[in-house]
Amino acid sequence: MSTTVETATDIRTFHVEVPEDKIDDLRRRIAATRWPSKELVDDRSQGVQLAPLQELARYWAEDYDFGRIAARLNALPQFTTEIDGVEIHFIHVRSQHEDALPLVMTHGWPGSVIELIETIGPLTDPTAHGGTADDAFDLVLPSLPGYGFSSEPTEIGWHTGRVAQAWAELMHRLGYSRYVAQGGDQGAAVTDDMARQSPEGLIGVHMNLLRTALGNTGNLPAESDEERAALEAVGTFRSSGFGYFLEQSTRPQTIGYALLDSPVALAGWMLDHDTDSYYKIAGAFVDGKPTGGLTRDHILDNVTLYWLTATGASAARSYWEGGRAAALAAGKAPPAVTIPVGFTTFPGEIFRAPRSWAQTVYPTLAYFNEAERGGHFAAWEEPELFSQELRAAFKSLRNGRS
Amino acid sequence: MSTTVETTTEIRPFHAEISQEEIDDLRRRLAATRWPDKETVGDASQGVQLARLKELVEYWATAYDWRKAEAKLNALPQFLTEIDGLDIHFIHVRSKHEDALPLIVTHGWPGSIFELLKVVEPLTDPPEAADAFHVVIPSLPGYGFSARPEEPGWNPDRIAHAWDELMKRLGYDEYVAQGGDWGAVITEAMGRQAPSGLRGIHVNLPASVPPDVEAALNGTGPLPEMTEEERAAFDGLAASRKSGYFGYFIALTARPQDVGYGVTDSPAGLAALFFWHPGFATWSFGGDPDDPKSKDEVLDDISLYWLTNTAASSGRLYWEHGGAFPTSAAGLKVAEITVPVGVTVFGEDGFRPPESWTRRAYPTLTYFNKVEKGGHFAAWEQPQLFAEELRAAYREVR
Repeated sequence: MSTTVETATDIRTFHVEVPEDKIDDLRRRIAATRWPSKELVDDRSQGVQLAPLQELARYWAEDYDFGRIAARLNALPQFTTEIDGVEIHFIHVRSQHEDALPLVMTHGWPGSVIELIETIGPLTDPTAHGGTADDAFDLVLPSLPGYGFSSEPTEIGWHTGRVAQAWAELMHRLGYSRYVAQGGDQGAAVTDDMARQSPEGLIGVHMNLLRTALGNTGNLPAESDEERAALEAVGTFRSSGFGYFLEQSTRPQTIGYALLDSPVALAGWMLDHDTDSYYKIAGAFVDGKPTGGLTRDHILDNVTLYWLTATGASAARSYWEGGRAAALAAGKAPPAVTIPVGFTTFPGEIFRAPRSWAQTVYPTLAYFNEAERGGHFAAWEEPELFSQELRAAFKSLRNGRS
Repeated sequence: MSTTVETTTEIRPFHAEISQEEIDDLRRRLAATRWPDKETVGDASQGVQLARLKELVEYWATAYDWRKAEAKLNALPQFLTEIDGLDIHFIHVRSKHEDALPLIVTHGWPGSIFELLKVVEPLTDPPEAADAFHVVIPSLPGYGFSARPEEPGWNPDRIAHAWDELMKRLGYDEYVAQGGDWGAVITEAMGRQAPSGLRGIHVNLPASVPPDVEAALNGTGPLPEMTEEERAAFDGLAASRKSGYFGYFIALTARPQDVGYGVTDSPAGLAALFFWHPGFATWSFGGDPDDPKSKDEVLDDISLYWLTNTAASSGRLYWEHGGAFPTSAAGLKVAEITVPVGVTVFGEDGFRPPESWTRRAYPTLTYFNKVEKGGHFAAWEQPQLFAEELRAAYREVR
């Protein structure tokens, strides 16, 4: 093996360091925020409301501990490795249990590895979190290219299909020859692509967003009450909740300028993902009533990570890549999924995917459940419940272990 | 008449004077801009390119002079008057020809009264006295020096009513109206309302696209039979929508406040948003000396939004309007217009509807012309040609 190749597949330990002057600059910018006038409505229909965003800015500048990001991440084993020309950052936690099932779990937008780290305990150390040794996972949490501490692609073509290939390479490089994958949001798109590519060693997937339904509901049943309700929710999202999606799919650089230059613009843009999570997050700031793991500090850990890594534009660009990939693939049916699929519908999600929809999209559906609580950021909001879903979804795949 | 009533219908002279502190703060922010990395493409398909925006921002921060922009405004008679609870700012230039036809001209987004300044002279002081206009150029509610609405409801219909009130308050019982972009939407609303004295309207962003064509564009209907010219217009519209040019329209219609935070706190972010608009698609960023929109003029326009802190409030007009494309005949209900309508299609505008569509859309069309030069900001880019079109369009209604 030549030196060049050795260098390229090298796995290096990673440690977060945040220069003090970057934090000072961020604080200064938050304090100097120039605000627009208040929205003219009493709800989120014109976007993120001024009051919660002003309270977020106040808390961020005055009370938030900027050491949290480094402290939380550096408490975990982090690495980087170059795959397909991009430096990929990932957290890798091995379970103490010998037969743990390797799992690569992918975050979404506007999330990051931050939204997943509260699941590390329950997933890798189940006996300390109400489970048994048979529930254990070895966990790999990569940062998407252009997000967090992964590097930013400097060329086009990093759509989720390419990320999926990179993840297969990552798991291979870590020595995992039999593993599963999980994701919501953009992570669901990556996981769906992995399932369709079916790389050697991938034995099953679990998702918590039926991503294809956001783009096309034409082939999905709409007869039962829950099917009609889901269809209506998708329609509402497409007619009024779609602005950020369309912006990022068409002109990521345009919004990128504001996201890089204004911390409050970044926070505002990231808060307005979906109705359920918006009101939960706004509630954490305005009423001091967090929902599950969506606490003020957790929310700001995520926003601060985007700010300090200056990835507002590059993360938005992943939507542009998605749009381009979809245009190029128009009219071509993607390969069918042939491995077992697990799916959990969380009640606060943009739409509650009924079993019939998951079954239509994934004929190999092997596990389906509707959870009691949780929304779009299920792992973040309800890490224990989310982990229980993954244990249940992947249980049957462990039995087939050779 | 009671004091209260006198106060509310009063017309007060206005003089633009932004504090030096605001200007210094803008410069400081421009100099401190934190830039994203370069786009990953070689064109503007991900948004305005980093190198172009950086160069413009550098010029904005160091060489641009807002006081000259202010002087341009203050060289014209400006006023404020409260209508329907809101202070409306307007320029009002009377022609020396007493019989001139009163005309209210309305700007759009991301334009402002600055896009209309060059037509004031040719309209008020034409070669033929019979072509003269008294010109009124208001700032839309939430734009420039007009006040920002503090309650919902200031949609194009309400603005149209306010404009009629403004013209009547100025003593113009008979008048005409003109607009492009939002100005066209508001002018068409005036045409539907047909207040007494409104003798005709002229628009340069006509809502010509027929419902069957609109449905085909949206993928909800079959491709209708079209002539060659219609097909070319259809293909242009389809390509434009596919390229993402209308994304700003959707984003502002859905969540103006989300976009508003960034463009209120970051002047570079504000400029970037403006360059999404197809009206700037071919702008040379000052690189071409023959470009009709100079770098200073574009910065006059952007600076006005910044210095009046109206970037967010101006975007709310999209939300108020509710999403119907300004090019859609059914969406704008232009078949309900009862006053005479004139339309000019400017040859460098991205949207160039055929006469056949326009005749179908406007039952009372009395004037239609296609000219070679001039784009989305026709009054700004080709003021003489624009003025000639208005003279021709209104010759019959005088």
